[in-house]
Amino acid sequence: MARVSITRDEVAHLARLSRLALTDSELEHFAEQLDVIIGAVARVQEVAAVDIPPTTHAADLSNVFRDDLVVPPLGTQAALAQAPAAEQDRFRVPRILAED
Amino acid sequence: MTQLTTAGDAPGVRVPFDEAVTRYEPVLGLETHVELGTAAKMFCGCPTVFGAEPNSAVCPVCLGLPGSLPVINRAAIEHTIRIGLALHCSIATWCRFARKNYFYPDMPKNFQISQYDEPLCTDGWLDVEVGGRVVRVGIERVHLEEDTGKSLHVGGATGRIQGADYSLVDYNRAGIPLVEVVTKPIPGTGALAPEVARAYVTELRDLLRALGVSDVRMEQGSLRCDVNVSIAPVGSAEWGKRTETKNVNSLRSVERAVRSEIERQAGVLDAGGRVVQETRHFHEETGVTTPGRSKEEAQDYRYFPEPDLVPVAPPAAWVDQIMAALPELPAARRARLAAELGLPESDMAALRNVGALDLVAETVAAGATPEQAKNWWLSELSRVANTTGTELSALAVTPAQVARICALVESGELTNRLARQVLDGVLAGEGSPDEVVAARGLAVVTDSGVLAAAVDAAIAASPEVAGKVRAGKVAAAGALVGAVMKATGGQADAASVRELILQRLGQG
Amino acid sequence: MTAADELITMTAAQMAQAVAAGEISAAELAAAHLDRIAQTDVHVRAFLHVARETALTAARAVDRRRAAGEPLGPLAGVPLALKDVFTTADMPTTCGSKILAGWQPPYDATVTTRLRAAGVVILGKTNMDEFAMGSSTENSAFGPSRNPWDLGRVPGGSSGGSAAAVAAYQAPLGIGTDTGGSIRQPGAVCGLVGVKPTYGGSSRYGLVAFASSLDTPGPLTRTVLDAALLHEVISGHDPRDSTSLDAPVPPVVAAARAADVAGLRVGVVTELSGEGYASGVLARFGEAVELLEALGAKIAEVSCPHFDYALPAYYLIAPSECSSNLARFDGMRYGLRVGDDGTASAEEVMSLTRAAGFGPEVKRRIMLGAYALSSGYYDAYYGKAQQVRTLIARDFAAAFDQVDVLVSPTTPTTAFPIGERVDDPMAMYLADLCTIPANLAGNAAISVPCGLAPEDGLPVGLQIMAPVLADDRMYRVAAAIEAALDQRRGHPLLAEARGIAAVTGTESEAGR
Repeated sequence: MARVSITRDEVAHLARLSRLALTDSELEHFAEQLDVIIGAVARVQEVAAVDIPPTTHAADLSNVFRDDLVVPPLGTQAALAQAPAAEQDRFRVPRILAED
Repeated sequence: MTQLTTAGDAPGVRVPFDEAVTRYEPVLGLETHVELGTAAKMFCGCPTVFGAEPNSAVCPVCLGLPGSLPVINRAAIEHTIRIGLALHCSIATWCRFARKNYFYPDMPKNFQISQYDEPLCTDGWLDVEVGGRVVRVGIERVHLEEDTGKSLHVGGATGRIQGADYSLVDYNRAGIPLVEVVTKPIPGTGALAPEVARAYVTELRDLLRALGVSDVRMEQGSLRCDVNVSIAPVGSAEWGKRTETKNVNSLRSVERAVRSEIERQAGVLDAGGRVVQETRHFHEETGVTTPGRSKEEAQDYRYFPEPDLVPVAPPAAWVDQIMAALPELPAARRARLAAELGLPESDMAALRNVGALDLVAETVAAGATPEQAKNWWLSELSRVANTTGTELSALAVTPAQVARICALVESGELTNRLARQVLDGVLAGEGSPDEVVAARGLAVVTDSGVLAAAVDAAIAASPEVAGKVRAGKVAAAGALVGAVMKATGGQADAASVRELILQRLGQG
Repeated sequence: MTAADELITMTAAQMAQAVAAGEISAAELAAAHLDRIAQTDVHVRAFLHVARETALTAARAVDRRRAAGEPLGPLAGVPLALKDVFTTADMPTTCGSKILAGWQPPYDATVTTRLRAAGVVILGKTNMDEFAMGSSTENSAFGPSRNPWDLGRVPGGSSGGSAAAVAAYQAPLGIGTDTGGSIRQPGAVCGLVGVKPTYGGSSRYGLVAFASSLDTPGPLTRTVLDAALLHEVISGHDPRDSTSLDAPVPPVVAAARAADVAGLRVGVVTELSGEGYASGVLARFGEAVELLEALGAKIAEVSCPHFDYALPAYYLIAPSECSSNLARFDGMRYGLRVGDDGTASAEEVMSLTRAAGFGPEVKRRIMLGAYALSSGYYDAYYGKAQQVRTLIARDFAAAFDQVDVLVSPTTPTTAFPIGERVDDPMAMYLADLCTIPANLAGNAAISVPCGLAPEDGLPVGLQIMAPVLADDRMYRVAAAIEAALDQRRGHPLLAEARGIAAVTGTESEAGR
């Protein structure tokens, strides 16, 4: 099987995607380590499993629901109690760049 | 960190719509989000309230606190199946929720629980009537997801995100069940594209309202629409690049946004440019769209099946039950009413446009003829509604009362003119039609003695006019009619008065 | 042994009985353990937060109920060390991470609620590898815990704090979580019983998620019966957890008391042996298997060929789920916020916060997970790993057609020295080799001590695996082997402990 490898640029992309600000030396270091790890985990591809269904859960549960009933909420105080910053009963966050 | 910029829309030449659609074929796509009117949220027991104090309807689950877990609200599934069935979709026998991963402060978990490649409903359609033509809009999918919180942007000039210093987030809305209805591409609408888009959203809204699954108020955000538009030169085999326009907050905006995009894209193509596949923002005030965030890297949402939930496999018996309990849908109702009322299509269309169909039907049920009911609601009542800026259904007169007024005119107790005065009285809160007639003394003057006296008096007062009538100028009688009407406080029947006068003067 | 030592060396079952009988008070018990913590935790560092007043109050409440003649649960009044990954409304919950330093949840986890309702006295929150990622507790942002058998060695992970606490007699009961072996492996290297119940047997509501489809709460104790008693307290259906099993809790206490294996078919997993396994581990394991045979079990070799792919599959699935689960830690609503100077954007603040708040292992796994889920890579990595999971489940199913339980060493080596594997992630991951298959298939597994390795005198664990919802079966085997080994030795294994694990040990006796 061809040697799988990950480049520094790919790692930088993953860091951005994951909102992790990494220094250049961290990028280098992680790139080396991830390269080894990905090479190891890529072994799963050795298993020819064309028509094997994936398993997402151990137990075979389905249709687990709740009734449409209201339960008393936390309350504004409790909700904001641990907020790094709050204003007007809302969570204050820094300016958002991306438009949704 | 990628610098996310909003490049200004280079002011290009726009091609006027009518011209654009002669040379370009538009293809539409509409994505509509509907907030379900369940009592509790999608995955927790918080109430789904509109306008509550900020962050007063949140809990560990919808705040996405560490350790919290979602549990599916059964009613939300039921409503979604209901919508799917009404749109003639196939309902999945087995499906799952998936995580859509991206970072945004109004999303507490920085992923949204949604559905990806296993939507609950697929492959349906909705017929839409525009300009006498029926367009069958294909429905690609109907799926369920959770809504996000809402942000206030502080510090910028317009309260919008650009130029803001910081934002304030309220998570009351986070976790409210949201149904997404996605159409298949809609080609072949040509010059009717804007109307088709508007008609589709209108029809969908009416359908959802009839199903009772949402209060579907665009102005409150419980119905939101994204409009996709692409154009290609007429006769071209391929479709063009499409743009997605958001912030389309009313039916009128849907129509304007489509029109605007067609004009803009035609301008781009005419100038030899290429339409950029991007998200755009619609501006109410100017009626144009501007580009949204510039996407240097297309978003990779890294969808995977939601591991905190188990699959949803609606039993056939449940789906059948929901199907059996579907109310009469708008299309069926319109067809039934059209047959029952027997009014021409132009009238039906006019009634639909002003939202008077129900009112007319009820007026007829209360005893009026379709023609009478239609006339009252389309002319006098619509006039009042427009002048006072109210909805027809909010006017202070009931269909039953309108029917009563029609009956009074029918029996000759009121002339149309008097009837309008009675209506004014009812609207002013003076009571029922009969009460207003009595209180204001508005009954038609039928007493022949009174009329004869008034006619004689008018003739005597205007001998020259009387002379003209005697001489054959029948039209001159109008002045005499006016005099008699004045004398009777407008409560005579003008036609009868005119007849009397002509008789008196030898012309009747 | 002092009177206090006698108290703290009792089993949880004995303590509960003594409290119920009025022989000792829960308050006394709590105080004795709190003293033990005060004396030893400076060396062992098992606890991140000791809730002295809360614990004493809870203990006194149990005493009042007993005095009033109210019925008490089977573990009422017994102290417990709770892994800091469970939310507690009256104690901080850090998950071993700076990003949650000082975070006070507004709600109790279901496990927490069940413990309190049972009258169990929570002494505090224990140290762990950050967000449960690790096999040594060295990934804790607050420094590693130490193995009471040898303070220079790891107590295993990620539930190393709970294991260290129980092995140091700071509490007879510990709760951990097992995602890839994080209860069983610390259990093995600290000479304890560590249990991973059937997935879904115990609620995850309030368990800060690492890998949602794998995380399982479970007991860490000094005896099999104690583990069974605790297992029953924390288990059961929870409507707040959609993945929670709606099935009766298997009768594990009865099975632990029955403790017999006559006629039971035991399968030795071929793939979980060989190179990389310490000789002492293999020796003690082999003896344990022979002992099972002597007790009447039928031994067979069973091959589970796809177990060789368990480690790579796990190190795709777990990071994928965690990359998503940990996205919520962004400094916007709670926890650490870094870089908000009034000009930085939300995106920047999120990135700086996460960079400062997460340790290297967490960052590695987040990026690995993002990679495995990326469009274009999903099928080859996450998708493939989920298929391997199916194959492993099938291997188990086929094996359980032939045998009643499967056995293997719990982990390839004894406790390794602190610092030995921190710079080599792959070497660290190998500690989970034997435990991971049961996490992927979701079935029940237990580690029970089976001796000390001759080369270093450190504990070795025997892993017993049972089918889904047959947790009682493994308790039966574990109790049998525990009793047989104790009998053969003439004393419980822990009597051979040294250092702080010897309970009377002082710092000077504590390892190298």
